[in-house]
Amino acid sequence: MSDRKSDKPGPMDIRPTPTKRGKTNPGLGREIQSKIGQQLRSYYDGLLEPTPDRFVELLRELDKKPSGTESSE
Amino acid sequence: MTISPSLRDTMLGAVPSLRAFAISLCGNVDRADDLVQETLLRALANINSFQPGTNMSAWLFTILRNLFRSEYRKRRREVEDSDGSYAETLKSQPEQTSRVEFEEFRTALAKLPSDQREALILVGASGFSYEEAAEICGCAVGTIKSRVNRARTRLGQLLSIESLNDFGPDHTMRAVLAGNDRP
Repeated sequence: MSDRKSDKPGPMDIRPTPTKRGKTNPGLGREIQSKIGQQLRSYYDGLLEPTPDRFVELLRELDKKPSGTESSE
Repeated sequence: MTISPSLRDTMLGAVPSLRAFAISLCGNVDRADDLVQETLLRALANINSFQPGTNMSAWLFTILRNLFRSEYRKRRREVEDSDGSYAETLKSQPEQTSRVEFEEFRTALAKLPSDQREALILVGASGFSYEEAAEICGCAVGTIKSRVNRARTRLGQLLSIESLNDFGPDHTMRAVLAGNDRP
């Protein structure tokens, strides 16, 4: 299990890419771009909460039961 | 269906981010929780198709995204909660000023086409590489890149327009935001 680089949120940055051939939008400054990256991360961080108990219990319950208990719709 | 404790812990460890992704997709915490629950059930039912050592997060995100897509196709109404009330249900309330930004950003994000939104979030917030995001969305890496670029461009337009001209009724808040723009 060494390959877990992406299990944690947040390591990727969206930065303004300064040397990008084929300019994206002339009206869109680097400042705005980096602010978007920041805001995106803080938006997402604002949504992060500890794993709700219901999911902990769900997995614990299911683990006890024998197979074939999946809810099928 | 028995899973090892370590596998279970890995799944649970992925839940906060998975849930944040679900909330940003459907804009509603309760629905997001249902999506996460359904995702975990599917994952457990198909745990044999998960290859140990590969990325559990990406696998769960893929399942959730597919569930959301098929549900969305059925329902055909994505933004049910566009007035911000959903944020009230979050336990951790952002501070006043960041709350304004949070709402503004969320509104802008909701205006993006869903394929752009999910690409942007996966790469810019959930911490996936372009390659992983492409796998999750079942498309080419180049497609993800161009979606992310278009999403950023569009967001930039929406946010700068809105913060300058049309920020809403409260002047104080506008002033606060403007003051915060320039550190």
